[in-house]
Amino acid sequence: MTGLLARDALLVSLAVLLFGAAIIPVAVRRGRSDLLALGTSAVYTNFLLVTIATVAMIVALVRHDFSVAYVAQVGSRATPVFYTVISLWGALEGSILFWAWVLALYSAAVVWINRHRQGNLVPYAAVALLLVSLFFAVLLVWPANPFGAVSPVPADGPGPNPLLQNHILMAVHPPLLYLGYVGMAVPFAFAVGAMLSGEVQNDDWVRLTRRWTLTSWGFLSAAIIAGMWWSYEVLGWGGYWAWDPVENASFIPWLTATAYLHSAMVQERRGMLRLWNLNLVVGTFVLTILGTFLTRSGIISSVHAFTTGTIGYFFLGFIALVLLASLALVAGNSDRLRTVGRFDSPASRETVFLLNNLFLTAFMFTVLVGTLFPLMAEYVRGVKVSVGEPFFNRMSIPIVVALLFLMGVGPALPWKAASRKELKDKLLPPIAGAVVLGAVALLAGARNVYAVLAFTFVGYSAVANLREFFIGARARHVAHTEPWGLALARLVTGNQRRYGGYVAHLGVFVVALGVAASQTWRTERESTLKPGETMSVAGHTVRLKDVWGRQEPQRQVIGATLEVLDGTRVVGTMEPRMNFYPMSQQPVPTPDVRSAFTGDLYANLMSFRPDGSSASVKLISEPLVPWIWMGGGIVVLGALVCIFPASRRSPAARPAVAVPSRPLGVVAASLQSMEPEA
Amino acid sequence: MNWKRATIAALCAIPVVGLLGWGLTRDPKEIVSPLPGRDAPVFSLPVFAPGQPPLARAVGDSVRLATMRGDVVVLNFWASWCLECRVEHTILSDIAQEYNGRPVHFLGVLYNDQPASGTAWIAEMGGQSYPSVDDPHARTAIDYGLYGVPESFFVDASGRVAYKQVGPVSAVRLRHLVDSLLIAIPARAAAAPAKQGS
Repeated sequence: MTGLLARDALLVSLAVLLFGAAIIPVAVRRGRSDLLALGTSAVYTNFLLVTIATVAMIVALVRHDFSVAYVAQVGSRATPVFYTVISLWGALEGSILFWAWVLALYSAAVVWINRHRQGNLVPYAAVALLLVSLFFAVLLVWPANPFGAVSPVPADGPGPNPLLQNHILMAVHPPLLYLGYVGMAVPFAFAVGAMLSGEVQNDDWVRLTRRWTLTSWGFLSAAIIAGMWWSYEVLGWGGYWAWDPVENASFIPWLTATAYLHSAMVQERRGMLRLWNLNLVVGTFVLTILGTFLTRSGIISSVHAFTTGTIGYFFLGFIALVLLASLALVAGNSDRLRTVGRFDSPASRETVFLLNNLFLTAFMFTVLVGTLFPLMAEYVRGVKVSVGEPFFNRMSIPIVVALLFLMGVGPALPWKAASRKELKDKLLPPIAGAVVLGAVALLAGARNVYAVLAFTFVGYSAVANLREFFIGARARHVAHTEPWGLALARLVTGNQRRYGGYVAHLGVFVVALGVAASQTWRTERESTLKPGETMSVAGHTVRLKDVWGRQEPQRQVIGATLEVLDGTRVVGTMEPRMNFYPMSQQPVPTPDVRSAFTGDLYANLMSFRPDGSSASVKLISEPLVPWIWMGGGIVVLGALVCIFPASRRSPAARPAVAVPSRPLGVVAASLQSMEPEA
Repeated sequence: MNWKRATIAALCAIPVVGLLGWGLTRDPKEIVSPLPGRDAPVFSLPVFAPGQPPLARAVGDSVRLATMRGDVVVLNFWASWCLECRVEHTILSDIAQEYNGRPVHFLGVLYNDQPASGTAWIAEMGGQSYPSVDDPHARTAIDYGLYGVPESFFVDASGRVAYKQVGPVSAVRLRHLVDSLLIAIPARAAAAPAKQGS
C-alpha cells in the first residue's frame, strides 16, 4: 500500500519535472509570467512528492513491511528502531531516494528565496535543478526503484550492513555528506542558468550562490571529518584515512569547492578568473556525480551486495550529458567572459589565491588520477593494480605543506599590491610561530622533513591568521576605545566573511596538527594477555580484568575489560568488543577509545579464547587525534560565521571605511584590516 | 555562443566517458578466486531440507563431498534472507531435475541462517528438487571463501573446483557449465546410456 502510493508519487514527480523543465524556457522566451509561475511551481510540487515517497519509505522500514523490496533488503525485526530508520541511506536504492529528497529540498529553498529576483537567471537555474532532479527521478522509477514488490513476502530480512549499525556516527555522516554533495548542484545550476540566460557577464550568479556554496562546503567538510571519525571508531585499525576510493570520492569535490570559495572572492572583488570559476563550479558538480558513480556502480571496488548493473549505465549517461553540455556551454560562453581587472603585483592577495587554486587543483588531479588509475591500468595493460597510500601520501603531502604556508601568506597580504613596508610588517612576525612549532617538533623527535615543515608552516600561518584578529581588534580598541572583547566581537561581526574564513583556517591548522602529530608519534603494540596481566604502550598501562560475552537482540557481543592504570591505581576501564551479527560471518570490531586533550588511547580486541582464559589486545597511542575532530568543528564554525547574515548595527558603530564601495584611495593603515571583503 | 569552441570542448568529454563506460563492462563481481583448479574443500554437512524424489535425501543424513568423487557437484550457497537467491531458485531446482540420472549432484548449502527459516523459505518458493544442508558457523562457507550469497561452485569429477559463479546463475550458464564438466566423464556417461533417456 505505502509502496504503491510512494511509487505513484515518484511517477507523478517524473511528469512534473519534465513539464517544469520544458515549460520554463518557453515561458521565458515568450515573456509569459503565468506560465513561468506554473513552471516554477514544479520545483515545489516535486519537493512535496519526493517527501511523500521518503516518508512512505521510513514508515515501511519502521513497520517492517517486507513486501517492499528495499525493506526486505536492509530491514530486520531485530534491528533497533534507530538503525532501522537510518538504514534509509544504508543501501543503494534508499540512498538515491534520500539524495533525491535533499536535492528537492535545496531546489525548493533556493527558488523560493530568489523568487522576487527579476531576470532570467533564476528561471534557467530552476530548469537546471529540475533536470538534475529528473535524472534522480528516473533512477528511482527504473534501475534503483526501492518500492519494488516482493512476493512471497519474507518473514524477516538480513538487517543493514553490520558496519553501518555499529556506531551512532552512521546517523550523522551520510546525511551531512548528501547535504554537502547535493548542495553543489545549486551553484552549478546558477552557473548554467547564468550561461543560458546570458547573464554570465555580471557576477550575480556568484553572489546569489555564495551562501549556498558555503553551506554545502561546510556540510561536506563536516561529513568528511565525521567519516574519518566513524572509520576511526568502528573499523578497528586505529587510522582515520586510507585513500579508499569512497573516501576520495568525497574529498575530490571538496578540493575544487575550496578552490572556488577563494577564487570567487577574486571574481567579486577584481572581476578576474570568471572563466576559471565557471569551470570550478561545473567541475565540482561533475565530480560529485562522478564520485557517486564510482561508489555506486561498483566500477572501482565494491563491498556492496549484488546489485544488477544497469544503474551504472544510467549514471554514465548522465555524466556524459552533464560533461558535454557544460563543457560546451562554458567554452561557448568564454568569449563573453572578459576579465575586467588584472594582476597588479605578485605580492597581492589575488596572487596567493591563484596559487592556492593551482595547488588545490593539482591536489584534486592527484587524487582523481590515483583513484581512476586502476581502471586506466586495466584498460591499457590489462592488469589489475591497486594504488595505495604510498602514492597518495608522496604526491599530496608536499602540496598540503605548501597550502599550509599559503594559508598564512594570503590573509596577510592586501588586495592589488602590497608595499614593501606592509610585506615586512605582515610577513616577518609570524616567523616566530614557525620557529617555535618547528623547534617543538624537532625536540619531540620528528625527523621526517615534511612533518617538520608541516609543523613549521602551521606555526607560521596560525600566527599570521591570529594576528589579523589581533591587529583588527587593536585598531578598534584604540580608535573606538572599545574593550578588547567587544572590539573582537564587532570586528568579526563587521566582516563575517573575512573573519569566518580565518576561523576556518584556524580549524584547518588544528586538523593539520592532529594529523601530523598522530602520523609522526603513533605507537602501537599487540599482545596476548591472561586476566591480571598488563601491557604498556607509550606510557599507558592497561591490565586485562576479564573476557566476557553477552547476547543482545540483534547480535552477540564478546568483550574484554581492561583497567587503565596509573602506577598501581586504576584510573578507568576500557571495553574493546567484537560484535557478531547473524548475517555476517566476520565479527565487527568495536574498539574502545579513551580520549584526552593530548591524544587517545585506542584499544582493539583482536582475538580471544572462548573459555575467557586470554585475549589478544592491540593498544595504540594516538597523539592529538581528538584535535582532528575539534579542528573539523572549528572549520564548520568558520563556515557558519561566513554564512550567517551580517548583523545590522547602528551606523555610529560602523567604521567609516566599511562602506561596500571599492576602496580607491589609501585607507588608514590602522583601520585597513577592517576593510570588507565583499 | 561560440559553437566552434563549444564543440571542441565537448569532444574533450569523450575519452573520460569512454574510459568509464569501458570500466562498466568489467565485471566487478569477478573476484579472483584461487579455488578454481584446486581441490574443493571437503565437508560433511547434515541435510535439513530433504528435496523431492528422486533427488531427495533424508533429513539428518550427512552429505560428504568425498563420497561424490567421480561425479560433478554443484554447490549453491543460499539464505532465506537473500533476495537474489529467489531469482535463481526455480532455475536451479528445474535444471537439477532435468539432469536427474546423469552423474551430477546439486546441493544447497544454507549460509548464516536458521534451518527452520530455510525450510519455510523453500515451502514458500514452491519446493526445491534437490536437498539442502546446514552449514553451522559458516565453516564450509569460509573454506570456500564465500563473498556473499548467492554463490555457486562447480566441482568436477576429480574433486577440483572447476568454476565459481558469483551472484544468481542463469539457466543458460548453468547448463553450459554442467555440460562442459559432464563431457569430461566419458566412461560413466557411456556406461549409463539407459539412464540418460529418462
